[in-house]
Amino acid sequence: MKFKLHALAAATTLAMTPVSQAADVEVLHWWTSGGEAASVQFLKQQLEGKNVGWTDFAVAGGGGESAMTVLKSRAISGNPPTAAQIKGPSIQEWGELGFLASIDDVANAADWDNLLPSVVSDVMKYNGEYVAAPVNVHRVNWLWANPAVFQKAGATIPTTWDDFMLQAQKLKDAGFVALAHGGQAWQDATVFEAVVLGVGGADYYQKAFVEGDMAALNSDTTVEVFETFGKLRQYIDANSPGRDWNVATSMVINGEAGMQIMGDWAKGEFKVAGKNVGTDYVCVAAPGTSGSFTFNVDSFAFFTQSDDAKSAAQGVMADAILSTEFQEVFNLNKGSIPARLSMDRAEFDSCAHDSMDAFIASSQTGGLVPSFAHGMAVSEAVAGAIYDTATNFFNSSDSAEQGAKQLVAAIAAAQ
Amino acid sequence: MNNLQYQLGRSFIYSILIGFALLYLAPLYVMLITSLKDVEEIRSGNLIALPESFNFSAWAKAWSSACTGSDCQGLAPYFWNSMRIVIPAVLMSTVIGACNGYVLAQWQFKGSNFLFGALLFGCFIPFQVILLPMAKLLAVLGLANTVTGLVAVHVVYGITFTTLFFRNYYIAIPSELVRAARLDGAGFFTIFWRIFLPMSTPIFVVTVIWQFTQIWNDFLFGVVYSGPGTQPITVALNNLVNTSIGGKQYNVDMAAAIIAALPTLVVYIVAGKYFVRGLTAGAVKG
Amino acid sequence: MFKYLATHLPKVVLAPTAIVMLVCMYGFIGWTAGLSFTKSRMLPQWEFVGLTQYEKLFSNPRWMVALDNLLIFTLLFIFISLVLGLLLAIFLDRKVRGEGVIRTIYLYPMAISFVVTGTAWKWILNPGLGLEKLAHDLGFSNFEFRWLVDQDMAIYTIVIAAVWQSSGFVMAMFLAGLRGVDDNLVKAAQVDGASVIQTYWHIILPLMKPVFFGAVVVLAHIAIKSFDLVQALTGGGPGYASDLPANFMYTFAFSRAQMGLGAASAMVMLGGVLAILVPYLYSELRSKKS
Repeated sequence: MKFKLHALAAATTLAMTPVSQAADVEVLHWWTSGGEAASVQFLKQQLEGKNVGWTDFAVAGGGGESAMTVLKSRAISGNPPTAAQIKGPSIQEWGELGFLASIDDVANAADWDNLLPSVVSDVMKYNGEYVAAPVNVHRVNWLWANPAVFQKAGATIPTTWDDFMLQAQKLKDAGFVALAHGGQAWQDATVFEAVVLGVGGADYYQKAFVEGDMAALNSDTTVEVFETFGKLRQYIDANSPGRDWNVATSMVINGEAGMQIMGDWAKGEFKVAGKNVGTDYVCVAAPGTSGSFTFNVDSFAFFTQSDDAKSAAQGVMADAILSTEFQEVFNLNKGSIPARLSMDRAEFDSCAHDSMDAFIASSQTGGLVPSFAHGMAVSEAVAGAIYDTATNFFNSSDSAEQGAKQLVAAIAAAQ
Repeated sequence: MNNLQYQLGRSFIYSILIGFALLYLAPLYVMLITSLKDVEEIRSGNLIALPESFNFSAWAKAWSSACTGSDCQGLAPYFWNSMRIVIPAVLMSTVIGACNGYVLAQWQFKGSNFLFGALLFGCFIPFQVILLPMAKLLAVLGLANTVTGLVAVHVVYGITFTTLFFRNYYIAIPSELVRAARLDGAGFFTIFWRIFLPMSTPIFVVTVIWQFTQIWNDFLFGVVYSGPGTQPITVALNNLVNTSIGGKQYNVDMAAAIIAALPTLVVYIVAGKYFVRGLTAGAVKG
Repeated sequence: MFKYLATHLPKVVLAPTAIVMLVCMYGFIGWTAGLSFTKSRMLPQWEFVGLTQYEKLFSNPRWMVALDNLLIFTLLFIFISLVLGLLLAIFLDRKVRGEGVIRTIYLYPMAISFVVTGTAWKWILNPGLGLEKLAHDLGFSNFEFRWLVDQDMAIYTIVIAAVWQSSGFVMAMFLAGLRGVDDNLVKAAQVDGASVIQTYWHIILPLMKPVFFGAVVVLAHIAIKSFDLVQALTGGGPGYASDLPANFMYTFAFSRAQMGLGAASAMVMLGGVLAILVPYLYSELRSKKS
């Protein structure tokens, strides 16, 4: 209740006068490279234009693994940063521990409820109040393909997993690597996720991998999923373990491999290499998932501050994140689509347009599901259990039945 | 032993020594030549081929303009941050280690061996375990996310090894020396100052090298206990090389990696001679 | 008062260290032990659940892999580093020209962290980029070196990189030991007709016992804490085949929000160290005293 008053006071000051007191925001994030760093820099400039200083606290590595370690030790020493890059169900966990500050006043003043799709705004709220601001929506279930390679092999770009096996075989017979893949746990999980969605469908995905429903997990569908997933082992190259995802993407770019299953951030690699969408590369939904959309939303969560000026600065930052300028710049840089609805889409490319359309369409059919491979669907513990099973299965010669059994056991142990 | 046999033996020794030297140098060689190539040459070329032309632009970028977050000032500022952390931490842990080693080796009391054993065992604790309780302790002491706090952490977990080094060095010195000095009326500190310190140069060198290397290369403590603006170079290097979007610049990564390693390399090259000498004294003779 | 201080001065000097050790090592170990009996997830929560975390730990296949790996890694790493370090030291001690340069080359890996050399090692060991490709390019098309991407062999690449980093230090320790050996002993042995190998085996090696002790403590310490190495080289992969307990613990405690489980794994690691190290320390320290 106390912080609400503070925030309210802060919000009114905000509304009445241009902020004069120079409070700083200290932001913990792991965007240290290329387009991401440029986007952060843009946000920093926007805030500085509004008299809010930016103290950068960047800790890269392992998809935020190191950053989270730092955040935990900062939290435990009672000295959390003003804002930190946290996403998905972790926001709820931090909320439950009592660390997060409400930015409801800013959000209500700007009518976030109508600006944001409800799947996104739900994640940003704890106890019905906004505690975080979303920067983007990634679509994870993309298949990136090099049409020239397909042409040489006489193959067509697959739309179902059965078809995938046929076409992949053609690519392989023609001497190409069919599926460019980096054997790191999160990439194995990303492909696994696409298989789950393509083979099991959105309902099964939702039940088994979002709600953790044991009946769904124990069904035959799980075995089918592992069968398809296991077949993919023969279509990747032997050198994949440990490979970075962007190295795998460059295999598609330079015609060594036919396709890659990866989120929309892969687009950046094609762009940097000077390739054109449609002719040099194509983006289609991963096999069997054209009506579905696995989303991954990045966001900044705000930590409770003892200092009113800092709370006010949080409001300014939240406001800036939702601004159309920032949403556009950031998402053009990162390959994702804006979290904010009905923005001008002229600047975005055709893949992003597809993504925006699929987002709206799938939200009406129930095909819009959170990505478990990217920390959106389940707790970190359960996601970790899925990671371990998927990566171990994919790198072994275990049977589908063994894989399914291990998955059920691992999820049960983690819950 | 006839001459031929001797020659054969010598060539055998030399070929083994040089063969291993080349193996040991391989990673450094790969890093060095990669840092001198341009991105295109790295992508298309051979891993161990020499660069077509020597190009130092990656070095300049790594030092002064590569991005390590939303700031793009290269490694330079972090280099000096590291220095500010490493120098006091090394000095303090070494001096404390010397005093401890002196007591444990020459002024043994009931339980001193037990204490030494406990200290040795304590250094096996995985550092990941202590991250959170230490964060809390630092906060209680008001040192959270300060350079002082980080230095303190390095000193605390460094003294096990510095104590071990000095204790093993001093234990080789005959205890009659202390006994004789005491009969002459010299006290605890006088003996240390007049007799032990003057013959401790080699072990000081060893300890300083060891501590400098450990603390300079530390990432875990550096990332967790530093504050914004005081992060050490390993944290910056990690940020710099963890590129995820927009093409990896391996040449800059490698140049940055070598820059980050330069101080320790220099220490080893300059003081390496004393290293072996320092280890010698304590080991066998006594 | 002054007299008390004077007689107890050694203890007074040691006291700060003892206190710090009590708090920052044993206190934190106790804290972790406590945590391992709780259901702590993202941050410590003191709600006790008995041995649940330990049961979970030992039914976790990844942990069992990590434990096996630690055993393989520690034994091989210590053994190879000792043998290689000793051999190089013996050769280097044979009045070799350019000793300073060669010694520095052997020592330098110790100076660089794996955050730095990890990428270079990854390239060298990667079949598509490094050694295997090199051999193929040179015409040896049958040459195979694919340990890095082989689930059963990946842990051995970790051993290689670890030996590369630490054997130079072991070499320096042995070299120091050899320099300390009394020349007269060696001469006497040779007068008695002992061959060079016999001299080393029967006279010199036994004198190296304290060096072995020091080296084993240093190496075991490195082995148990090996973390960066795995992170940089294989990321624990393929799958989780090259995971070590320190990586397991870090992952579960910090990025998987299973802090209780992570604490339990840390306690098992420490228990293992205790079981192996304490008898060894005990015998060493006792023999030193007498």
